Amino acid sequence: MLAKRRNLLNGLLFISPWVIGFLVFTTYPLLSSLYYSLTEYNAISEPIFVGLQNYKELLFQDDLFIKGLSNTLYMVFVGLTITTVTTIFIAVLLNYKHIKGMSFFRVIFFLPTLVPLVILSILWIWILQPDSGVVNSFLGLFGIEGPGWFSSPTWAKPAFILMAIWGSGGMIIIYLAGLQGISDSLYEAARIDGANSFQQFFHITLPMLKPVILYNVITGIIGVFQAFAEAFIITQGGPDGSTTFYSLYLYQNAFQYSKMGYASAMAWILLVIALIIMFALFKLSKKWGYNG
Amino acid sequence: MENSPALEKTSINVVQRKLGSTKKTRRYQTAVVYVILILFSLAFIIPFLWLVSGSLKSSSELFTNPGIPKVFHWQNYTQAFSEFPFFLYLKNTLFITSMNIIGSVISCTLIAYGFSRIEWKGRDAVFVLVLVTMLLPFQVTMIPLFMLFQKLGWIGTFLPLTVTPFFGNPFFIFLLRQFFISIPKELSEAAKLDGASEFRIYWNVILPLSKPVIMTVIIFAFLASWGDFIGPLVFLNDNSLYTLSLGIQQIMSVNDPRWPLLLAVGVSMTLPVLIIFFVLQKYFIQGIALSGIKE
Repeated sequence: MLAKRRNLLNGLLFISPWVIGFLVFTTYPLLSSLYYSLTEYNAISEPIFVGLQNYKELLFQDDLFIKGLSNTLYMVFVGLTITTVTTIFIAVLLNYKHIKGMSFFRVIFFLPTLVPLVILSILWIWILQPDSGVVNSFLGLFGIEGPGWFSSPTWAKPAFILMAIWGSGGMIIIYLAGLQGISDSLYEAARIDGANSFQQFFHITLPMLKPVILYNVITGIIGVFQAFAEAFIITQGGPDGSTTFYSLYLYQNAFQYSKMGYASAMAWILLVIALIIMFALFKLSKKWGYNG
Repeated sequence: MENSPALEKTSINVVQRKLGSTKKTRRYQTAVVYVILILFSLAFIIPFLWLVSGSLKSSSELFTNPGIPKVFHWQNYTQAFSEFPFFLYLKNTLFITSMNIIGSVISCTLIAYGFSRIEWKGRDAVFVLVLVTMLLPFQVTMIPLFMLFQKLGWIGTFLPLTVTPFFGNPFFIFLLRQFFISIPKELSEAAKLDGASEFRIYWNVILPLSKPVIMTVIIFAFLASWGDFIGPLVFLNDNSLYTLSLGIQQIMSVNDPRWPLLLAVGVSMTLPVLIIFFVLQKYFIQGIALSGIKE
């Protein structure tokens, strides 16, 4: 009994920095932004209570908010899907038993993740420069006229997807580690049963990789909702609102238009979205008999 | 039953034939895999080469020649260092980065110890909260944090970026806890029998065994601070406090920046990360693989 109590005290003592941080830098901000989200507040004069006005305006009157949300969902459903398929594909190739120099390739795919976001953004402005960029020059060799990328409302989001794929080395490493954890005996058994490479991939690799995919997709979705620097630096949300992503619009409302209350309402809607995603994660991982 | 050896033999033959045919296709398959990997690698490596070559071009050449520079403008680098407050921004970045590393290592090892090496009621339920905060987007708390720091008079100082690491980072806590859990309990129990306090066990038993994972935390903390953009943007409202990332962005947002100089700064900012990566590669790969696998 005494030992139990001592352990409890010791445990709490060791985690106390986290407890303080959680209360001061997470819980308090969450609650105060809930209050601010019900006010009109410009960060200078006192906040004025307006009830649910901000939420009503966001959901029913603000076209740019809806656009920001749909742009972000596009990056989740189209962008993240393409990135997931590409990274699994590369990881499967890297895991192919009969190639030499796997660690060399692994390094190459990982390197782009080391480039700081600002440098990454500057780099891609130039890589995708419509007239003289590397990509359009390359397309030009085949007589294809490349699109305007960041300056075209249709092509700006695909440009960000390209950037995301280039920076997805972390996901590749995680998938590769997952693939290496799949026992060889499963593949041997399948081969003896006459399964070809495709059947092996769909009946062994993918099911065994499910938990890793789930992890990467969840962190990927949160990453998409958080993505800010690239759009802030490259497009500022343009052209024509086509790259106004959720986080960018939230930042603009808060710090460029001084609509702190309005932005706080956006933060709370984001919190609800994030919680729904996490809830889905726990449900799914339980369903797959996997302890999160 | 009598002919079972024969049956066995034929089935072995079938298996061998199947394996034999895979051997024939294997060479072809390997070649295809190589070609695809090399093509992808080129696509991943070319932007790097472009960054280096762009940093050595003249401004006009940057717009006309996507390839190798005709003349190497090495002076872009010396000009970038002198015309741009590179060393001030570097000093600021290094300060914030070191504070993040020190704060994270101290706080997260202690916290992770409390979540893994001591049994107490409710521990795992509280840990779920840590996991939840790990997935919380920064933007959710950004505005009230800004207001809080403003009230404290911290906006326009390094404090918002240098104090918070001392209160733990959920991702690092998670990584460390996973590692601490794998250390055999007997080690702690033996030390306890010798009368060691929890802190002694933490300091003399667990920390020395955890050097690899602490190294991973140091690397991740370094990467996070070195390239952080939104934190400095929101909290450092003073030119003399800017980090390299924020400084570069501010310079490129004015009209007609001198791009080759910015690219030179870009190379200078990326190079230290690459060097650290090549020296400490195994900690990077281990850490990342660990985060996705061991949940």
